[in-house]
Amino acid sequence: MAMIATAGHAHADPHHIGLVIEHPGPAPKRIVTAYGFWIFLLSDIVMFSCFFAAYAVLSGQTAGGPRGSEIFEPRNVAIETVCLLLSSFTCGMASIAADVRNRFWFYLGMAVTCVLGLIFLAIEFREFADLVARGYGPSRSAFLTAFFSLVGCHGLHVSAGVLWLLTMMAQVFAKGFRADILRRMTCFALFWHALDIIWVAVFSVVYLLGSGA
Amino acid sequence: MLGKLDWSAIPFDQPIPLVAGAVVLVAILAVLIWVVVKGHLPYLWHEWITSVDHKRIGVMYILLASVMLLRGGSDAIMMRIQQAVAYQSQGYLPPEHYNQIFSAHGTIMIFFVAMPFVIGLMNLVVPLQLGVRDVAFPTLNSVGFWLTATGALLVNISLVIGEFARTGWLAFPPLSELSYSPGVGVDYYAWSLQISGVGTLVAGINLVTTVLKLRTKGMNYLRMPMFCWTTLASNLLIVAAFPILTATLAMLLLDRYLGFHFFTNEAGGNVMMFMNLIWAWGHPEVYILVLPAFGIFSEVVSTFSGKALFGYRSMVLATMAICVISFMVWLHHFFTMGAGPDVNAIFGIASMIIAIPTGVKIYNWLFTMYGGRIRFATPMLWSVGFMVTFIVGGLTGVLLAVPPADFMLHNSMFLVAHFHNVIIGGVLFGAFAGFEYWFPKAFGFRLDERWGKAAFWFTFLGFYVTFMPLYIAGMLGMTRRMQHYDVGAWRPWMIIAAVGMAVLSIGVICQIVQLAVSIRNREALRDHTGDPWDGRSLEWAPSSPPPVFNFAFNPDVRGEDAYWDMKAHAKQQSLEHERLEYQDIEMPRNSPTGFICAFFASIMGFALIWHIWWMVILGGLGAFATFVVFAWRDHDEYVIPAEEVAAIDRVNLEERRSLVSMAGAV
Repeated sequence: MAMIATAGHAHADPHHIGLVIEHPGPAPKRIVTAYGFWIFLLSDIVMFSCFFAAYAVLSGQTAGGPRGSEIFEPRNVAIETVCLLLSSFTCGMASIAADVRNRFWFYLGMAVTCVLGLIFLAIEFREFADLVARGYGPSRSAFLTAFFSLVGCHGLHVSAGVLWLLTMMAQVFAKGFRADILRRMTCFALFWHALDIIWVAVFSVVYLLGSGA
Repeated sequence: MLGKLDWSAIPFDQPIPLVAGAVVLVAILAVLIWVVVKGHLPYLWHEWITSVDHKRIGVMYILLASVMLLRGGSDAIMMRIQQAVAYQSQGYLPPEHYNQIFSAHGTIMIFFVAMPFVIGLMNLVVPLQLGVRDVAFPTLNSVGFWLTATGALLVNISLVIGEFARTGWLAFPPLSELSYSPGVGVDYYAWSLQISGVGTLVAGINLVTTVLKLRTKGMNYLRMPMFCWTTLASNLLIVAAFPILTATLAMLLLDRYLGFHFFTNEAGGNVMMFMNLIWAWGHPEVYILVLPAFGIFSEVVSTFSGKALFGYRSMVLATMAICVISFMVWLHHFFTMGAGPDVNAIFGIASMIIAIPTGVKIYNWLFTMYGGRIRFATPMLWSVGFMVTFIVGGLTGVLLAVPPADFMLHNSMFLVAHFHNVIIGGVLFGAFAGFEYWFPKAFGFRLDERWGKAAFWFTFLGFYVTFMPLYIAGMLGMTRRMQHYDVGAWRPWMIIAAVGMAVLSIGVICQIVQLAVSIRNREALRDHTGDPWDGRSLEWAPSSPPPVFNFAFNPDVRGEDAYWDMKAHAKQQSLEHERLEYQDIEMPRNSPTGFICAFFASIMGFALIWHIWWMVILGGLGAFATFVVFAWRDHDEYVIPAEEVAAIDRVNLEERRSLVSMAGAV
């Protein structure tokens, strides 16, 4: 079947006054992939917002246990934040290196991103282990439940991100900067930056507000 | 070694689930043996199980939904019989079994019948209507389907190994917390929904991207068929709402597995938070289901009235209005839980406002029919039946949206009647209309009209005889989920409802017979034109079933009702046609990724339910390995050469031309 309607038919629709901008057709794959991943990220942010809501509801429910201001260590959180924000920068550098097909800077950027991510995770893990050791584990109170879940959920995402990062490095090593690999790199970069945005919210809502309370 | 799993998990003392399980197991084994012996296994594997073709995945979704409809329907029959006989007696079902049945019935019907049915139809049709070759992410599409199947599998396993939740279809805490539900029932519920929920989210992302980014040339937003619009709205809701379900169930699972305190009575947990979260997902869910059905009715009514849809733009507006407002009404699900008059009033008004765009839709369908040349084929019958039934259901919904009335009627049989009225009358009728309407497109032959009409009338009448008495019983004060009762006034209505269930079952049987008869007579019912209903949108342009690449040429759309235009201007078109040259087409390669993922997900889900931690780790590693292997493959597409495209397309054209010349001779 040919798919051509008659010329001049576009004017038959009385609603179409003036110029009608015709849809040009399917978008290129690069756009489609990144767009789909954006939508996934939005859904992920909705999921996080539920944990934020739970934290907001439960943050005062300490059940006789410690409050936020008693357990948060601003110095550690500051280091964590610096690490994560810096890692976003290095991830950006790695993306640029991938765009210009520069292997050395790509590996370097990714490696630094990975190290910074791991430092972040290590500090978070130590914070959690320390709290559990003092008897302030997630089952101590609803506040701690919400705290561990929200921060831990972000930590899990960072861990998954590190795994993904290593897979990306291996893929570039094995296959070079192929178009599909570059598309995945775009998605990974989006993911990593989104984790930063979520961390900014965690930092503000949990640690800043919690330390003040 | 096996966690909580031992022989006591198998309910040897309960004959009903055991016998049912044994029958199903034997049936499955028989089918498997037949498949292997007849040598169909390679065909099934290459053409269906590993397929990433959106049409095939759509068909598999619908098949899954149909099988689960029988399961959920059996639960319904058991409940209706129980309530008919359990007047001043225990009936034939022990209470804990009855509680599992109503929980499983709700869970299955919403998550494993309605959802896969509408997602299947959207998968099958939307890329065709948009004039594209496939969805945005074909392999992911397959993963989504198989994860849904995993969820369904887990629910069915609970029939024989262990138990299902006794908490109702939304597993409200604190009843669903470990202290009140120590068994594995709630775990079955939560893990099967978690896994299939991931599948649904994937499908949602896929379809949103497909509609927004893959439309063919000239397919402006205001030229998209209505079904594409409702698909877009519904999938936007999926993307926005399903993560809430994931988060909520994750919290419940953390409570149960690790002693967290999100929803517990102790240590500051907050049960109302669960209600808010689950309904913030649950109310949009209703519209996720019914919006695609609205789209189906729009297509069907317009086609069988031989007219363009009346008020297309108002329909688009109404769809998007429903999409937005559906997130602002969730609190009406717990008016009686003490939110206070102000909050109740606001949510009551919001709930009534959503009836306005729905009313716009109803009028648009009526005006589409007005002055049209109406053909009452089976899909049209379902559509008209829907309009009548859905108005009743919608009006009782508005009644329930009045907080004072809700104080009288909440958790009564009136409510049960209301939501069955909208879900059956809206979603299920829509699913059946879509099934009848697009069946020829999927398989190349029409369904038998006589059995189809019989199925409609039995289902339609059976529906009314079953559910109208429940409204009355609700008015008489009967609450939902009753295992037995002592009020004589309710009994006649329960008996009538059971009779109605029998009539409804005849409708289902008619549909099965219809399928069998149609398959037997498929040569006589063959659709040679690709356009059996004189359709208006692009899915009717390719042959039935369409070739794997859907369209030999990317369609160029110049207005609403794209295919109708093309037919109307066919003469000029045939003159212009011959100049086009066929080109190579790249299509995504088949992949077992989805099936393997679901295989490991099933293992992991089962192990999580029974606390078999080594198996959980094994399943997780398997899933990760699948992911890496998939990421590592080098060729994800294959090329269909231009000559082959030309050959396939010419056959279709010849077939159509010969029909046209035959018609000309007559």
